[in-house]
Amino acid sequence: MTGDDFRPKILIFAAEMAYRAADAAGLTKAEYPSNTYYIRIPCSSLLRPDLILYAFKKGFDGVLVASSGDDCPFMGEACIEKTSKRAEKAYELLEQNGIERERFKVAGICSTCVEALRRQIQDLNETLQSLGPIKTT
Amino acid sequence: MVNDKIGVYVCHCGGNISDVVDVYKVVKAVQNFPNVAVAKEFMFMCSDQGQQMIEDDIKELGLNGVVVASCSPHLHETTFRKVLARAGLNPFLFEHINIREHAAWAHKHDPEGATEKAIRLVRSGIAKVSKARALESIRIDMPPQILIIGAGIAGIRSALDLAKLGIEVHLVEQLPFVGGRIAQGYGAYPSGKIGTELIDELVEELKKEKSNIHLYTNAEVVSIEGFIGNFEVEIQINPRYVVKECDKFDEAIEKCPIEVLDEFNYGMTKRKAIYYPYPNAYPELPAIDMNACNKCGECVNVCGDAIDLDQKPERKKIKASIITFATGFDPYEPKEGEYGYKQFDNVVTLPQFERLLALSNGKLEYKGKEIKDVAFIYCVGSREREGEHKYCSRYCCTATINAALAANQKFGVRTFHVYRDIRTYGKYETYYEEASKNGAVFLKFSPDEPPEITQSGDKLIVKVKDQLTFGEEIEIPVDMVVLSVGMVPRKTEVVSMLRVPYSMDGFLQEVHPKLRPVETAIGGVLIAGACQAPKDTVEATASASATAAKASTYLLRGYTELDPFIVEVDAEKCTGCGDCVEECMFGSIELKDVNGEKKAFVIEATCRGCGACAGICPEEAINLRGYTYDQLRAQIDAMLEEVEE
Repeated sequence: MTGDDFRPKILIFAAEMAYRAADAAGLTKAEYPSNTYYIRIPCSSLLRPDLILYAFKKGFDGVLVASSGDDCPFMGEACIEKTSKRAEKAYELLEQNGIERERFKVAGICSTCVEALRRQIQDLNETLQSLGPIKTT
Repeated sequence: MVNDKIGVYVCHCGGNISDVVDVYKVVKAVQNFPNVAVAKEFMFMCSDQGQQMIEDDIKELGLNGVVVASCSPHLHETTFRKVLARAGLNPFLFEHINIREHAAWAHKHDPEGATEKAIRLVRSGIAKVSKARALESIRIDMPPQILIIGAGIAGIRSALDLAKLGIEVHLVEQLPFVGGRIAQGYGAYPSGKIGTELIDELVEELKKEKSNIHLYTNAEVVSIEGFIGNFEVEIQINPRYVVKECDKFDEAIEKCPIEVLDEFNYGMTKRKAIYYPYPNAYPELPAIDMNACNKCGECVNVCGDAIDLDQKPERKKIKASIITFATGFDPYEPKEGEYGYKQFDNVVTLPQFERLLALSNGKLEYKGKEIKDVAFIYCVGSREREGEHKYCSRYCCTATINAALAANQKFGVRTFHVYRDIRTYGKYETYYEEASKNGAVFLKFSPDEPPEITQSGDKLIVKVKDQLTFGEEIEIPVDMVVLSVGMVPRKTEVVSMLRVPYSMDGFLQEVHPKLRPVETAIGGVLIAGACQAPKDTVEATASASATAAKASTYLLRGYTELDPFIVEVDAEKCTGCGDCVEECMFGSIELKDVNGEKKAFVIEATCRGCGACAGICPEEAINLRGYTYDQLRAQIDAMLEEVEE
């Protein structure tokens, strides 16, 4: 199943501020693809790299970590560094497991960054459509 | 343990949800999902009827978990947690799933997709609750006592507001006198009242609140231990060497043979080793600057035992539930040669110019010469393209025009304003208008071609390519050049004791500029005034009163409850590697010896619940309560379960 019929499943880990951005997106009726499934977390520094791999192995076609970026209510700018550290490890894990790195994205999304959130989702959705479904074992 | 009797409640939100999402289909798709005892839809779940339905189900069906799928949890999470509590169920066996903002409203042209999304989101909530544990909010006592660091206008304002509510305030000031930068200023806009007069008024109030405010001047914080509700602070009160009243202090000061540059006047005048920074300074006792004093004893000859040149520092322990930083700012110190600073005598900074205004009588004089024309150069040490000070200090435009107006009105000085951009924002726009009407000349330069300062005879020449006249080169001969300098952050040791985060600009950072504007990421630590960002007097005092109000919400109730979402360590899995200790920004994890093995321990009162330590642990030995990895994996699994057409 590829091409026009393919609706990739995208998992979005939404940290505190990014979750609010998703609220704001709805509030302003800013539409984006519906194949996007949120899991709410307080801060993106919580995410273990192996959890990202887990999501792919279980069948998600793409994962977006929507971090609070430097608006992180826990640690401000330091969040970016910690989240990047996790992401680097996750990319290594994906490579070892033969999963295209383009399937995984990390972005800082502030509480009013509706456009940034939409753009990230749309970009990932397009990428996944050209990559096709994830091959699960 | 699995919560196997979960109630799922899907809200129509009066059509807001159900016009797009097929709520009946959602109910059908989850009612046979593992661990679900009952699934229902209802027009308004947050209504009394909706809440009652959930409460009754919990009691009658013996539910051990609840999922509500409705609007954003930021609207009604607390509402539904209370429903659980009323029904006798732990309020944290609950998950709020957002199918309004995140599904119905975001995908109104894709009802099928929105419905499928809602089903997957609700299933994720069910999976999460099935693995949820009962949690207890963390209750912390808050005795009504507070430490405020810094007795400038912000520190004093905050102290007064709290003292009037009967709260015990410890106010610590590192200098021998209160008043901070405002005492040094000239006409603090908008009232134009002289800085020292403004401080005098506050000091009068301070004297009336003596029973609740303990003021320690010449004092510094040596150490801070503990956490919100229970800070233990040690301060050192450095000797003033003047220990009691005497009516001959003026004579003692006159007799003192030592003269040093007076820092209160930014080095433009001299003072004695025993001194007041200005008449009427508070506390009333003068202070002796031991770095300058040669212990000649002249002042002792006049004042006797009111002066003790061998006075020793004193240490004192203070308890505080909350700490407020009101540690202020420093004016930017221009580099040598920057617009002729320290190169030509008559190039001064705006704070120096304000002191000059305060000290002058009849005519404006500097180094024995009358000042008739002044050029102000704006944005010095602000909005730098490279370097530390990329931000706009914002107060300087208004403060400069305010000072220029005073110089013009009081001393007849002609003023030239050489600026990059100018904005006397808000109600101070009238200042700009007034200055324009009174003959002030405005010239705009481009940062690519900043003005140049040279000397010619006894005049300074400001050469500027004026953008308002399409780049015409203009030379202005003046008696004085004033550099309108920005505010720079102070790096104080006491900040690092508490690990208060800094912003990109180096000022102390609030949790969130709009949602929690005076709190820092460190529980119980608040920020007032210009330690947070450049602020004018109005903004500084407003934020100071805001910290007082925020502090009183804790201190008057006597306790606070912290969310139970903090981390816990599985000691069996922990190998004592210490990665978590390093990862934690708040010092909330420590290694302890347990039977010869090192294990990580969580300091619950200071854990903020970010989960960074859990994310870095190589053994998955740490979990964040409410967001455990078992829960997150279960959510992933549940979301991927097939949805029938």
